Amino acid sequence: MSGAPHEDIDAHSGTATTGHEWDGIRELNTPLPKWWLYILYATIVWAIGYIIVYPAIPLISGHTPGIAGWTSRGAVTQELAQLTQQRAPMTSALEKASFSEITKDERMRTFALAQGRAAFGDNCAPCHGAGGGGAFSFPNLNDDDWIWGGSLEAIQQTIQYGIRSTHPDTRVGIMPAFAQILNTKEIDQLANHVRALGGLTTEKTYEKALGSKLFGEQCAACHGDEGKGNIELGAPNLADSIWLFGSDKASILQTLARGRASMMPAWNGRLDDTTIKALSVYVQSLGGVKTAP
Amino acid sequence: MSVKQEQLREAALEAEGLSSPLYASRKEIYPQSVDGYFRRMKWAILVVTLGIYYLLPFVRWDRGPYAPDQAVLVDLANRRFYFFFIEIWPQEIYYLTGLLILASLALFLMNAIAGRIWCGYLCPQTIWTDLFLAIERVIEGDRRERMLKHRSKWTASRIRDALAKHTIWLMIAWWTGGAWVLYFTDAPTLVMQLVTFTAPYIAYVWIGILTVTTYFFAGYMREQVCTYMCPWPRIQAALTDEHALNVTYRYDRGEPRASVKQAETLREQGKPAGDCVECNQCFNVCPTGVDIRDGLQIDCIQCGLCIDACDNVMTKIGRTTGLIGYDTDINVQRRQSGLEALNVRIVRPRTLLYAAVIAIVGSIMLYALVTRSPIEISVLHDRNPVYVRLSDGSIRNAYTLRLLNKELQPTRFHVHVSGLPGAQLDIAGTKIDEQGRIFIDVGADQSREVRALITMKRDELTPGRRDLRIVASNPETGRAAMAKNLFIAPEK
Repeated sequence: MSGAPHEDIDAHSGTATTGHEWDGIRELNTPLPKWWLYILYATIVWAIGYIIVYPAIPLISGHTPGIAGWTSRGAVTQELAQLTQQRAPMTSALEKASFSEITKDERMRTFALAQGRAAFGDNCAPCHGAGGGGAFSFPNLNDDDWIWGGSLEAIQQTIQYGIRSTHPDTRVGIMPAFAQILNTKEIDQLANHVRALGGLTTEKTYEKALGSKLFGEQCAACHGDEGKGNIELGAPNLADSIWLFGSDKASILQTLARGRASMMPAWNGRLDDTTIKALSVYVQSLGGVKTAP
Repeated sequence: MSVKQEQLREAALEAEGLSSPLYASRKEIYPQSVDGYFRRMKWAILVVTLGIYYLLPFVRWDRGPYAPDQAVLVDLANRRFYFFFIEIWPQEIYYLTGLLILASLALFLMNAIAGRIWCGYLCPQTIWTDLFLAIERVIEGDRRERMLKHRSKWTASRIRDALAKHTIWLMIAWWTGGAWVLYFTDAPTLVMQLVTFTAPYIAYVWIGILTVTTYFFAGYMREQVCTYMCPWPRIQAALTDEHALNVTYRYDRGEPRASVKQAETLREQGKPAGDCVECNQCFNVCPTGVDIRDGLQIDCIQCGLCIDACDNVMTKIGRTTGLIGYDTDINVQRRQSGLEALNVRIVRPRTLLYAAVIAIVGSIMLYALVTRSPIEISVLHDRNPVYVRLSDGSIRNAYTLRLLNKELQPTRFHVHVSGLPGAQLDIAGTKIDEQGRIFIDVGADQSREVRALITMKRDELTPGRRDLRIVASNPETGRAAMAKNLFIAPEK
């Protein structure tokens, strides 16, 4: 409790001054309560304790660890574990439930959607986009066109085993390259024919009969006679407005000449079955398929 | 010798040593008991306010089967605040903002009319301190006895008194925390849980925290909370003016001070003598240890006990009461300089302004509350993708719809799109009637989020953006809520 030197008593108030003066204005000394000072000392003591217990002082590489062994990463791990534990009843219910049970139970469906949304953001968004909007060669999951089928089971299988993935049970779908099989004129006719199937404009050189014949010979095996596709083979519907690899003639020519072979990784083993189930429910909900209750 | 003189002397003594402390220990205050108008009013306010605090959680208010029946309840788990007929959702926190604005304006108004009414009579710090002081007085005796005891050695009886006092203090403090937690859950249930030690641990934690703060603030900190911790004394010092009533020592009448005998002598000699006999009763009864005769000061909470003390003395010595009383600064000054006192002006620009703002804010809040819609809808357009092309060439937009049902019963909303002819609305998980109308069930006092899809056929499409409205209505009450949004189609 050191005192500041002063000789002045302020005549007006009768209070001692601290001896500080600014332009003739002197600071009165109204003493602070002692406990105020003790609180300052207490915070200093607390700070010393804190430095000892928690990570505090930055070093050249790293920092002092603190004797409590606390780390922010450890805290997150602990919180995540708590969260998992908190969700355990719903997670195990979801694990056991069939798809029809999930769609009938609003609570379970909501849980699956929330979990699916999170898993989608972590795993699927890099290719399919944050909202599943897709991109060139990465299917838009929001539309009503499902290359490998839009049922929950079909979506689940796609996610589990992937397409042209390394998994033995993978779905396999390849668009072969026709550059070696057909000549330029034939490919040109086919490109026009495919555009016609999709309701797009064709060029004057397009001969419908020839295009139709070529399509029947080369394409119908997978895409069907009317080009409506085949989900068993992952052959896209060519008679709709959705074009995964572009609908302009140049893109179609390239598809025909060089083929297309996109792939989707298998998530079996990387994601657990419950997460894949939740993902299936979420992905289907994006497309708005009316199988919900 | 007045307190001011005492301080002066101390300061002078310290000055000789050329040092004065920057930190001072608290001077123990032993307020003497007093009886009178203000004391009795304070007892009444203490009983009423503490009664409200302790009993309010048990008051019931029927809200039907879907909402709690506790009149005042802060339901943190379900994020609802109930106050009798009012129910507030978290996004309606502006009601609380409005309430706080009203509260501060009410403080301003009180201050402009009659000083620190809040501090002296209503503040929890004052009330609990008053209660703790009363207990101290009952156990350890009045001012003189307590002063003597505190200076004496620790005897068996002193230890017994101290034990009794602190036990009762802690019990009151415990009940303060105990009542506090009752506002956050069903009170009777929690009381049963507390009695059987099965309450959630957070309840015990909060009771513990409030026990400690109450015990410490009302038992030890007392007036220091007002002088050092509370901002209001500073604020009110800037808000008061010479027309505001304040607990005032009428120095025009009191000075120069003289004992009854001295006054007689002085008056015989034709010299002036005031009515203050320097009995120091006003100082002795003061719970914050100030001398009201030093004028308005930050430490004075204006509880009026010095008025009671002085009136008692004046009555005893046969002088008119009111040497200390509610008076305005300007009147004391005017009387001092021989002028006539003015009528107390309660209605003046300052008070009118405060009252007007209170009326405006109050009306706005009341209007908002009365016209508060039991239905709300908010719509969020999907950002990615903005639109989706479907197989048949039609364009679909997706939206997140949130429906708020503030009715205290489950409600079936009819949802439709307006302003966009040809728009086809689909919502998963809904009921559709024969006419194709979409209905969404929302639980009592709940909100529900659904994903809505709006599709436009290829031949009805126009490029670019179009405005639309999504309307939710309750067919039973006819009430509706509407949200504006966009339908976005490709530019070509």
